[in-house]
Amino acid sequence: MDRRKSLQTLILGGAAAGTGLVFNSCKTENADTIDEAIITGSDKYFGRTPEELERIEKLNAEQLFNEHEMETIASLAVVILPPKEPHGGPIEAGVPDLVEFMGKDIPEMAPTLLGGLMWLDHKSNTEFGTEFKSATLEQKKQICDEICWHDVEIPLEKQPLEIQFFYMMRGLTVTGYYTSEVGIAELGYKGNSPNVWDGVPQDVLDQHGVAYDPAWIAKCVDQSQRNVIAEWDENGNLLT
Amino acid sequence: MQIKESSEIYDVIIVGSGAGGGMATKQLADAGLNVAVVEAGPYFDPADPKTMTQLKQPYDSPRRGAGTDRAFGEWDMSWGDWEVEGEPYTHEEGTEFKWWRARMLGGRTNHWGRISLRFGPKDFKGKTRDGHGDDWPIGYEDVKPYYDKLDKLIGVFGTNEGRENDPDGFFLPPPKPRLHELFYINGAKKSNIPVIPGRLSMLTKRINNDRGVCFYCGQCSRSCSVYADFSAGSCLIFPAQKSGGKVKIFVNSMVREITTNDEGKATGVSYISKDDRKEYKLKAKVVVLAASACSSARILLNSKSKQHPNGLGNSSNIVGKYLHDSTGASAAGVIPDLMNRKTSYNEDGVGGMHVYSPWWGDNSKLNFPRGYHIEVWGGMGQPNYGFGFDPNGMNKYFGLKSGGYGDGLRDDVKKYYGSVIGFGGRGEAIAFKDNYCEIDPTTVDQFGIPVLKFNYKHSEFEINQAKHMQDTFEELIHNMGGIPLSEKPGKDQDYGLLAPGQIIHEVGTTRMGNDPKTSVTNKFQQLHDVDNVFIVDAGVFVSQADKNCTWTIMALSWRASDYIIEQLKAQNI
Repeated sequence: MDRRKSLQTLILGGAAAGTGLVFNSCKTENADTIDEAIITGSDKYFGRTPEELERIEKLNAEQLFNEHEMETIASLAVVILPPKEPHGGPIEAGVPDLVEFMGKDIPEMAPTLLGGLMWLDHKSNTEFGTEFKSATLEQKKQICDEICWHDVEIPLEKQPLEIQFFYMMRGLTVTGYYTSEVGIAELGYKGNSPNVWDGVPQDVLDQHGVAYDPAWIAKCVDQSQRNVIAEWDENGNLLT
Repeated sequence: MQIKESSEIYDVIIVGSGAGGGMATKQLADAGLNVAVVEAGPYFDPADPKTMTQLKQPYDSPRRGAGTDRAFGEWDMSWGDWEVEGEPYTHEEGTEFKWWRARMLGGRTNHWGRISLRFGPKDFKGKTRDGHGDDWPIGYEDVKPYYDKLDKLIGVFGTNEGRENDPDGFFLPPPKPRLHELFYINGAKKSNIPVIPGRLSMLTKRINNDRGVCFYCGQCSRSCSVYADFSAGSCLIFPAQKSGGKVKIFVNSMVREITTNDEGKATGVSYISKDDRKEYKLKAKVVVLAASACSSARILLNSKSKQHPNGLGNSSNIVGKYLHDSTGASAAGVIPDLMNRKTSYNEDGVGGMHVYSPWWGDNSKLNFPRGYHIEVWGGMGQPNYGFGFDPNGMNKYFGLKSGGYGDGLRDDVKKYYGSVIGFGGRGEAIAFKDNYCEIDPTTVDQFGIPVLKFNYKHSEFEINQAKHMQDTFEELIHNMGGIPLSEKPGKDQDYGLLAPGQIIHEVGTTRMGNDPKTSVTNKFQQLHDVDNVFIVDAGVFVSQADKNCTWTIMALSWRASDYIIEQLKAQNI
């Protein structure tokens, strides 16, 4: 099925036929169908040009971290952001894969990541006679406690490698989590989906101690008329 | 190798398919002319699922939206950014200019901010107003009918406010302000800075049955698949084709030069096909340049012939001169009253500001001659790459430690989510002859075409204006009870004034005027030197206003197109 046509039929045709909303916040049948159409489309693509896809394939064919290093990344990520019901943690969010990809995508990151992983094992071996990934949670935390604080007054690149490494791994872990399906659910972000914006809910306005100015709101879009074709008088006053 | 020449003679060749080229395509094709559009990039339709980035999730990509391949993030719908592979540009030592090029049908209109501000009456008469720069050969009254038609054809939301230099129009109703925008309105009020609904070309209401209505994903920079925002392809070129116009589009075609005959009149263009790297020629009665201010200047300067030894239309030596971009400076602050937000609702809104501040100052009392407007951003946006870097970095403003690990990071992320408000000041720079682009004879692009060399320096006016922006931003953040996120840039950093070109509003390189000695085109955007060549991009601007240039590019392109139609009918060209 021609997705563009189906979308247009739904959005344009559907709208032309009715006077009500095409979408609303409680998800009409229409909105579901459109979501589905879009999801079907994104199975295969995420909007890359052929050159961009080629580069991604090339990076995917390369390997930056060995199996041990990937396990170490995973074991550090879950210390940084422990999983929590019901929205999981870094593993469900695909954090190790993101670290692997970004280390290749932005090669300047690779030495810090590779060096930091070596530092972790060296430290763990020295202190506890075991590799980081096999250390107990308490031992892992002891190591992390030493490197998880940075001096905010000094540029990061002038601080010890292990501090830079932890900062980078925390950034990638938290980013990876909150940009994943489980992380977005945890955050509660409701966007990136068709809807009709009709202002901030009253309870939120109340919580933050602000209110809409009625004169301002009077100029704003009446969402029940959004599908009625605009017409103006000769002075620019909207008639519909 | 022999250059391949097409036998067909088009009525008009249009070089470039962005705002100016798109509008000319629509008007000229609708008038029944046989039009060839020559675009340096590939075909692009915002509705094509293969290239679409709208409504993608960050986790659809292995890099979660990072900007490695695209400077504004991987969802941004611009193919090409500050760099285009194989197409360099150079700088005069000690000067700076950043040049954004989008190589695709529709050009930069596919990703732009859609802020659609008319120039006001004062904006066309800068010299009369304050002695700086030059007046345009036309006034607001010449452009107003086209702005009016443009509003109705393309659609722009906003409100009629009766402001002297921010003219009213035919607006669609604006969306309601978001939470952080209510804070901004209140904060600005304390400093008597006006705030009015934004004016952006997105359809908050239906304007016809060919385009959809905004569904508030906040992603106009990704180009709307239901055509609810303005892009030149979806709103001008495709409709021109659909209504039966004779529009032949040549994509992946990089124009080298305008060809001329013995009388010095234009005969068409020569271009390199990126597909086979061979040179072709197209013929037409009229050539319209719409390749962007700098690219059109480049084509003219590279179109040297016996009749035009200094480049086409350049007997004045003005082509490339008076290059200027909008000024830009920014600041952001964390607002404690916006912390710990409920995430119970979707506040993506349109892909841009629902409110803004048009210029309010009296420049006669300030140490810079022209104004700026303030763009506002903030809110609970889609998390993408970088979202979790320094997740509690803002702790330092509240006497808490930054860093650490563990469950507490989740609380920190949620505490600060949506608590930051940012400002972009976008102002008018004075056009100076000494700021220019020229051909760099030592460098060619991968198609063998000599490239541009930039020579651009800010003046004290722009620097003083940036200082005013920073002082204003500081006051606004203070008014909202907020804390600035970075130290206020001082004189040593030109008060955070961005490098020329960075606002992507470059204009002025082929300016219009009544005097052929001091301008490149006449007031109908026709070259003084060659009557069958027109320029319909921002090159013809005598001055940029404290506005954004796109709406004026299109109004003027429409006006120039009407003139071309008239002149062709009268057989004057």
